[in-house]
Amino acid sequence: MSMEEKQNSQTSLDFNQNIFKPSSREEIVEIVKNCYRKNIPLEINGLKSKNNIGRNFQSEKTLDLSDYRGIIDYKPEELYIKVKAGTPLKEIVEELDKNNQQLAFEPNDFGYIFSGESNSGSIGGVVSCNFAGSRRFKVGSVRDHILGFQGINGKGETIKSGGTVVKNVTGYDLSKLISGSFGTLTILTELSIKVLPKPETSKSLIIKNPHLKKALDYLGKGLSSSTDPSGGVFYPEYFGRNFILNDLTHDGGLTAIRIEGPINSVDQRLNRLSKELSLLSQEFSILDNEQSNIFWVRTKNLEVFNSLKSNLLRIVVPISETLQVIQKFKNYEIKYFIDWGGSLIWSSFDQLNTKILEEIKNIVKKHQGYITLIKVEEDLKASADIFTIDPIKYKISEKIKKSFDPKRIFNPGKMYTGI
Amino acid sequence: MSSLQMPKVDDAIMSKKDKIASELRGIINSKNVLSSPDELRPFETDGLTAYRQMPLLVVMPETVEEVSQILKYCNENKIKVVPRGAGTGLSGGSMPLEDCVLIAMGKFNKIIEIDYENRCVVTQPCVTNLAITQAVQDKGFYYAPDPSSQIACSIGGNVAENSGGVHSLKYGATTNNLLGIEVVLMDGTITRFGGKAMDAEGYDFLGLMTGSEGLLGVITEVTVKILKSPEVVKAALVGFPSIEDAGNCVAQIIAEGCIPAGMEIMDKALTKATNDYSKAGYPTDAEAMMIIEFDGTEHEVEAYIHKAKEIAEKNNSSSLKISKSNEERLKFWAGRKAAFPACGVLAPDYMCMDGSIPRGKLAEVLNEISRLSKKYNLPVANAFHAGDGNLHPLIMFDANDKESLRKCEEFGADILKYCVKVGGALTGEHGVGIEKRELMCEAFNDKDIQQQLTIKVALDPNSLLNPGKVYPILRKCAEEGRVHVHGGKTKFPDIPRF
Repeated sequence: MSMEEKQNSQTSLDFNQNIFKPSSREEIVEIVKNCYRKNIPLEINGLKSKNNIGRNFQSEKTLDLSDYRGIIDYKPEELYIKVKAGTPLKEIVEELDKNNQQLAFEPNDFGYIFSGESNSGSIGGVVSCNFAGSRRFKVGSVRDHILGFQGINGKGETIKSGGTVVKNVTGYDLSKLISGSFGTLTILTELSIKVLPKPETSKSLIIKNPHLKKALDYLGKGLSSSTDPSGGVFYPEYFGRNFILNDLTHDGGLTAIRIEGPINSVDQRLNRLSKELSLLSQEFSILDNEQSNIFWVRTKNLEVFNSLKSNLLRIVVPISETLQVIQKFKNYEIKYFIDWGGSLIWSSFDQLNTKILEEIKNIVKKHQGYITLIKVEEDLKASADIFTIDPIKYKISEKIKKSFDPKRIFNPGKMYTGI
Repeated sequence: MSSLQMPKVDDAIMSKKDKIASELRGIINSKNVLSSPDELRPFETDGLTAYRQMPLLVVMPETVEEVSQILKYCNENKIKVVPRGAGTGLSGGSMPLEDCVLIAMGKFNKIIEIDYENRCVVTQPCVTNLAITQAVQDKGFYYAPDPSSQIACSIGGNVAENSGGVHSLKYGATTNNLLGIEVVLMDGTITRFGGKAMDAEGYDFLGLMTGSEGLLGVITEVTVKILKSPEVVKAALVGFPSIEDAGNCVAQIIAEGCIPAGMEIMDKALTKATNDYSKAGYPTDAEAMMIIEFDGTEHEVEAYIHKAKEIAEKNNSSSLKISKSNEERLKFWAGRKAAFPACGVLAPDYMCMDGSIPRGKLAEVLNEISRLSKKYNLPVANAFHAGDGNLHPLIMFDANDKESLRKCEEFGADILKYCVKVGGALTGEHGVGIEKRELMCEAFNDKDIQQQLTIKVALDPNSLLNPGKVYPILRKCAEEGRVHVHGGKTKFPDIPRF
C-alpha cells in the first residue's frame, strides 16, 4: 500500500469508485486533494436539474453533492439564510415560507423543459448558473443576493468570501465571481443568501394584446412609471392558451405586468398603471394574489415549453433591441416569450444547426446581447459553443480559472474549451 | 501621525523620474504630465488625510487609448501605478506611493449617453455621483446609490469602492446598480464587462471589479441603471429611552416585512451634538434617535409609516414625529448629515470607523464601544445605518497628543475586531484601502487572502497596480490610521460625511 493509499484509507472514502457522494466538508477536501495530486478531473453535481446546460466534457469521476445538504443557520430578522450547497431549493423555499420570506430572485425551474416536471435543483446549482426570474430588473440577479460563501478551490483549500451581513466591502467580491461560473472555479460548500419578506400582496395587470411591438411599448411605459412593477412579460398568441385562470378573460396573446406591496398600494398602482397605459376596461383584466402567483410561477418554470422536443435558447438583449431581434428571427421556426420587462427572450428553434446558430448569434451580438444554449440536440451540442466569449475575455477567464483551479480539475470544458 | 509601511520604494525608478516624465510626455499631451512639487501637491492624499505622500508623477489622460498606453508603458517598465477619481475615498485607496505614476482620471468628466428606453446612463468615470441624478431628474429618474459625498465623489470611484449610502438598504450598493464598465488592465488591455444587456454570461468580471479598490484595472467608462423617482417620500423621527429599544424596533420593522428606504440611528451623544450644530429639533433627552424613511406611492408609504409607528410605540418610543412636508423631512436629515462637522465641535480631532454588524447585535456592540470608550478614556459618538447594520463610530481625540492618537487607533481597531467577532465585517462601505489593511487577517485566514492575491497576480503579475492597498503587508493585526479630521477640517470640509 502506497503512502497515499494509506492516507486515504484513514477515511471511509473509496477512491476506486467513480461517483463520490460526500456528506462532510472534510470528505470533499480529501477528494479534491486526491484529484489534485493525481490530475483527475471531476464533474460536480448537485441535484442534476441543470446538468444538461453547458458543454459536454469528459471527467473520470463525479462529485455528487446531493448528500451535502441542510440549513446551517436561518435568521429571518437578519434577512439571511446560510445553507450547505447541496440543499434542495425546495427545502429552502419551504423554510422561508414559514416566516413569510422568499428568495426574491425567483430562480428558473428547468425541470419542466427537460423532464416535464418540477426539478428546481440545489441551491449550489442555482448559484452556479445565475439564472434569475422575472423580478430581475427590480431586485437583481441571483448573484446580487449572495452575501458570502465557503468553497473548496482546485487545490483542496477551503476558502471563503463575504459573510452574512449585507454591507460588506472587505476584499474582492468573490461571491459575484462564483455566481454563474458553472462549478468551474470552486466547489461550493456553504452559501449565505439574502432573503426578503414576501410582499403583502401581488397582483397582475393582464393586457389582451397579440402584438410584440405594442407589448414592448406597454412594458417600457410600465417599467418606466412610478408604479414600481416587479415583473413584465409578453406571451404571443400561441402561448396565451396556456394560462387558464378564473379572471383571465381571454386566451390570446397577452402582456402581464406584476405589482407587489401593501394591498391598498397595489390597487392604487394598478389603477394608475392602466390609466397611464390608456387601457380601456375591456382590454385588460386583473389577476388577484393567488392567480397572479400561479401565473408567475408558470413563467419562472418556463411551463409553456413543458417537455420541449426542440431546442431552447435564452437570449438577453437591451430592451430597445428586442423588437428588431425578433423581427430578424422571422425566417426561423420559433416560438418565444419575453420576460424581464422586455430584455429576456426565451425562444425555441425547431430547426437548429450550426449554420443557423451562427446566424442567430451574429444577430444577437449585433444588437449588444448574448445567447445561452439551454437545451440543444446532442449532435449540435457536441459541435456548438454553448456560451459565447471574445478572445480577450477568454484570456482573462483562463487566468481566473487557473487562480482557483490550477490543474483544471473542476468541470473542465463545461463552459469553454480549455477552461 | 502613525507611520505606515508601504511597498519598498524602487530607487531605480526614482532616479529615472525625468526620463519617465519625458517618455510619458511622448504618449500623452505633455501638459497632462505633472512633475513639479507644486503640481503634485494636490494629489498627495485622498479623504483619509492622516496619510500623505507625494507621487513621482501625475498623468491626466484624456482617452481610453491614452490610459491603455500609459499602463502598458508602466507595466513594461515596472513602474507602480495608482488610479484616482475625485479623491474623496475614506480608506486611502488612492493615496500615492513615492515611486508611483498617479493616473488622475479627472478629464473623463462627460456623460456619454442617457438612454431612457433602456433606463441607463453611460458615463465617463469622473462624472460625480450626483451629476448622474441631476442629468436625468427632469424626466423623473435618479441614480439610487447615494454615498454622502455624492456631490464630489466620482462614479468610477464608486465602482472601485462599491460605495453604498443611506438608501442602500432598499436599493443596494453600487454593485447592484451597475450594468457595465469599460476597463483597462495593467498590461494595457482594453475590455468591457457587462453592458446594457443584464447579466453578461461567463465569469462575472463586472462583479469582481466592483469594489476591487483600483487593484485590478482602471475604469474608463461606466453604465449604471437609473430608476423612476418615488412619488412620495416620508420620514419618521423617533426617540427611544434605550439603545436596546431602538435595536429591537429595527429588527421588528424588518421582520414585519417593511423594508424602509433608509433607517438611521444616532446615540445620545451624537443626537445632542448634531442638534446643537444644526438645530434639527431632535429629541435630545432620548438615549437613541432613529430616522425611518419610506418611499413609494402614497398608499404604500402611508401603510408602512403606520406600521413603523406601531412597532416603535410597542418598543417604548419616547417621541415620534412624522414629516408633514418634504421640507420637514429634509430637516430631519439635516442633523444626521451634519454628524461629522458636529463632532468637530466636540473635540480637536475624530476618526470615523466603518464596521458592519448583524442588526440584532446593535445593542451589544454599542455597549462594547461604550466599555472601550471608558477603557481608553476617549469619548465616542455613534451613527448607524441601522437597516443594513453599518456602524460609524466617531472616536474623539487630540492628534497633537501622540498618546491620544495611539489610543484612538487602538480603540478603533478593537471596535472593528469586535464587529468581526459578532459576525460582521471590517468595512461596510468605505473600503479597506490602507486604513484597514492590517486588520484583514481578523476577517480572513491566510488561504482566503492567498486566493484573493492569486487573482490579483493573474491580472497584474508584477503587482504594479495600486500596490500596498487592501491586503496586509505586515501580516499582523497592527493598528493603522482611520479617517482623521483635525479641527473639523476634512480634505473637503464642504462634503457631508455620514
